[in-house]
Amino acid sequence: MIPLSWYIIFAAILFCVGLYGALARRNALAILMGIELMLNATNVNLVAFWRYGTLAIRGQVFTLIVFAVAAAEAAVGLALIISIYRRRTTIAVDEINMMKW
Amino acid sequence: MQPEILTWLIPLPPILAFFLIVLWANRNNRLSHMLAVGAMLLSWGLAMVVFGMAISSEHLGQHPFASSIAWLQTGETYFNIGVLIDPLSAVALFFVAWTCLAIFVYSIGYHNFGKKRDPDDRVGLPPKAGGIDPMYARFFAFISLFAFGMLTLVVSDNLLLLFIGWEIMGLCSYLLIGFWYGKDSAKRAMIKAFITTRVGDVFMLLGLAYLYSETGTLNFRQILYNEEVLHTLAETPSVIAGFSTAGLIGLLLFMGTVGKSAQWPLHVWLPDAMEGPTPVSAMIHAATMVSAGVYLVLRFFPLLTAGWHEGLPLTPTLSTVAFIGAFTALFAATIALAQNDIKRVLAYSTISQLGYMVAAVGIGAYIAGAFHLITHAFFKALLFLGSGSVIHGMEHGVHASHKHVDAQDMFNMGGLRLKMPRTFWTFLIGGLALSGFPVLTAGFWSKDEILADAFANDHHAVFIVLALAAFLTAFYTMRQITLTFLGKPRSAAAEQAHESVWSMTAPLLVLAVFAVAAGWVGIPEGFPVLGGLLPNWFHEFVGGTLLEHPHVLSFTAVPLLTSVGVALTGLFLGWLVYRRVPAGAADPLTRPLGPIYRLLQNKYYFDELYDFLFVRPAYWFAETFIYRWIDRGLIDGILHGVGRTALRIGSFLRNAIDLPIVNGFGDAVGEGVKRAGSRFRVIQTGRVQEYLVVGLLFTGLLLSYVIFFQP
Amino acid sequence: MTIVQLVFLLVAAGALFAALMVVLSKRLVHAALWLIVVLAGIAVLFVLLNAGFLAVVQVAVYIDAIAILIIIVVMLTQRAMGATKIQVNRNWWLALLTAVVLCVGLLALFNQMPALQSQAPTLEADAETLLDDLGVSLVDVNRFILPFEVASVLLLAALIGSIMIAWPRDSASEEERET
Repeated sequence: MIPLSWYIIFAAILFCVGLYGALARRNALAILMGIELMLNATNVNLVAFWRYGTLAIRGQVFTLIVFAVAAAEAAVGLALIISIYRRRTTIAVDEINMMKW
Repeated sequence: MQPEILTWLIPLPPILAFFLIVLWANRNNRLSHMLAVGAMLLSWGLAMVVFGMAISSEHLGQHPFASSIAWLQTGETYFNIGVLIDPLSAVALFFVAWTCLAIFVYSIGYHNFGKKRDPDDRVGLPPKAGGIDPMYARFFAFISLFAFGMLTLVVSDNLLLLFIGWEIMGLCSYLLIGFWYGKDSAKRAMIKAFITTRVGDVFMLLGLAYLYSETGTLNFRQILYNEEVLHTLAETPSVIAGFSTAGLIGLLLFMGTVGKSAQWPLHVWLPDAMEGPTPVSAMIHAATMVSAGVYLVLRFFPLLTAGWHEGLPLTPTLSTVAFIGAFTALFAATIALAQNDIKRVLAYSTISQLGYMVAAVGIGAYIAGAFHLITHAFFKALLFLGSGSVIHGMEHGVHASHKHVDAQDMFNMGGLRLKMPRTFWTFLIGGLALSGFPVLTAGFWSKDEILADAFANDHHAVFIVLALAAFLTAFYTMRQITLTFLGKPRSAAAEQAHESVWSMTAPLLVLAVFAVAAGWVGIPEGFPVLGGLLPNWFHEFVGGTLLEHPHVLSFTAVPLLTSVGVALTGLFLGWLVYRRVPAGAADPLTRPLGPIYRLLQNKYYFDELYDFLFVRPAYWFAETFIYRWIDRGLIDGILHGVGRTALRIGSFLRNAIDLPIVNGFGDAVGEGVKRAGSRFRVIQTGRVQEYLVVGLLFTGLLLSYVIFFQP
Repeated sequence: MTIVQLVFLLVAAGALFAALMVVLSKRLVHAALWLIVVLAGIAVLFVLLNAGFLAVVQVAVYIDAIAILIIIVVMLTQRAMGATKIQVNRNWWLALLTAVVLCVGLLALFNQMPALQSQAPTLEADAETLLDDLGVSLVDVNRFILPFEVASVLLLAALIGSIMIAWPRDSASEEERET
């Protein structure tokens, strides 16, 4: 009933939105949210392909692993943001340009 | 002990003394003079022994003492060093040894040994007030070297070794004439002496080379005692028309004598050489150096007379020699008349007497020339040393009287016979010998023989000239003696003079003995009364040197009467004119001679002429042409030019090529990289988002390209 | 148009709208809340895809843990960037361009892949069997135990790491910065 392409298109658009958020926002947390959107888009992609493929369980396993990775990355990222905030009282990434020439 | 070995040893002690004094003993005055006098004594002893052996050996001329060793290899042959004692060198050795020894001993007193060093005296200037000379040791070193040179010359057996000795003496004359180098006049005189004798030496060297190229040897025995060689040389015409080879070589060698023995025209150095200390004057002008010139010409007599024998008209060479000798004799005698310095008179006298000897050789009077050489050495040395004693006495007088006058000017002297008796009597003997006082003095016998020879061989021009010169000689000698010793003192200095020390007067006495007795070995057989009492040993002995023994002249009265006459007349007139010259008066001859006197006093202006002709051009050449134009202008100009060009090339390379191109390139690369870097590093904003955007943008573009164009 | 398609369209549109709001909101708290909406929408989509377990995991991990954490940190760093400050950086247009280009590209790409038009195959096993299979596969030595263990280690590392990073340096400098 629902063709695969709908899910894929949805995931693509969601991914691009997340990408815009990751690239265009100044606030580090907003960037993190953009990244979460992107990760979720890939998850949707994975599950859609699992469902519309051979139904091998590895589709779901992969998705679970992605979940774990996303969680870990979110945790570390937030810790970093807090650490940077403590140091420089700013979380605007264009003010954190210490690797500038 | 063989005479050859002893002969080798004769020149060695003085050269050893020279080195020892120069290198070691020169601070110790006593040690220096002990070394020098001791060495000379040793040489004298050896010379006497050899002389004794020589006169007692039979036919020394045919079997001389000879020994030689090879020295310098020249291709197939060698130059040798060797000794030869034949009669000529034996008698020469005799007089050289005696006169040098006397002079050495005299020098001790002359340079005021035993007196304290005056603190006012400067090194290089004569002592002012009778203190010991500051350069005492140096003097003895130099005269030792001088003695070495002369002894080498006398005993040598070849022309090269003779020339070596000759040149050593030339050097020593330079060193000793300019001994008191602080005096400007001495400096000029030393150079004048050296350069003038050098002119003669150049010709002599040419003659030496010519001889060597013609005969292939320089050994005396091989050339001069060898009939064939002499004959060949006499027959071969030389490069100059009219002269045979022998004649030309002889003439060239004679030029050496002209220089060394101060004959006209190279006489100008000898009077100026009086700047040196008096022992030096005695050494150079009596005992050694000028005698070397005459010795050379006597030695080469066979060469000069090759192809000639007595009775023939003179060859061009011999005519030249005789002319120069006779002319010089008269020329110098006239100048001596007008000189006031006691040493200058003796200097011109020496030139004149040397002219006698040269003239004797020129007319072929070998024995007479040799005889006069030897007697002259003794009485001239005596006269010079005596004049030194006079000067010392006068200087003492100057110091004592505190009035400064020229201690050497005869017109400040007078009455010194009372103050300085030993000097007076010995000087008188010497002066009489010089004048040729009959019988009792050696000079008479030798001079008479020359005149006899000239007359007998019909060389009338030479005879008259020499007789005239003899007259003048007697005149000026008596003038000298009268002005110096007789009459009353003409200055305070003369009043306060005193006799010299024994080390100075003892040699005078010894030489006086020789001045009297030396002539008695050569009394001619035909002489009235005295002839035959003593054999003419000299003629016999020395005649053996030549291949052909010169034959004895028969006696003629004219030359004897002439010589006696001119001698006595000259002496009498000299005393007469000068016996009452008061202090401050001019020379009595000034009025009668008038302008001629001025000419004589200025030595015929020869010095001025040579200065104009030779000295000034030489200075101009050296100063302006060589120094300023060539050395500074051309050579330095080239160097500076090279320097400047190098600098310009360097600057060009640096500024036009190195800096803009090389440095520029390097800088451009660096600058370029820096600028490109600074333009590009703007990309490194440090903002990760921007890096990501750029990356993704390009990825997206690539993806679009892949999709839409599907390559 | 079946019910399922309709549900899908509604949920998808809602999620996309919420995603747009996430990236465009000026206030960060609003963005975080819109994020929760997105996550929820995705959970619904998981249900539509017969992956019920994953839907629950989505809710439990993403919404309950991650989104809440984000909200907490937003609260903590409120002062740093209030709503008054600019929220986008200076190259936002470039980012927009990038996203659009990527989207258009991907969509064009999908257009060319007819395989994507396929329908879902029938699901024979029921949910419980699937879940069993999933659990067993994660610990089966021959299957996916290794990724599982690696994921565990990763979580451990992340845990330790974030603690270390967020550890206050020392109380003194902490207080200095506060005052």
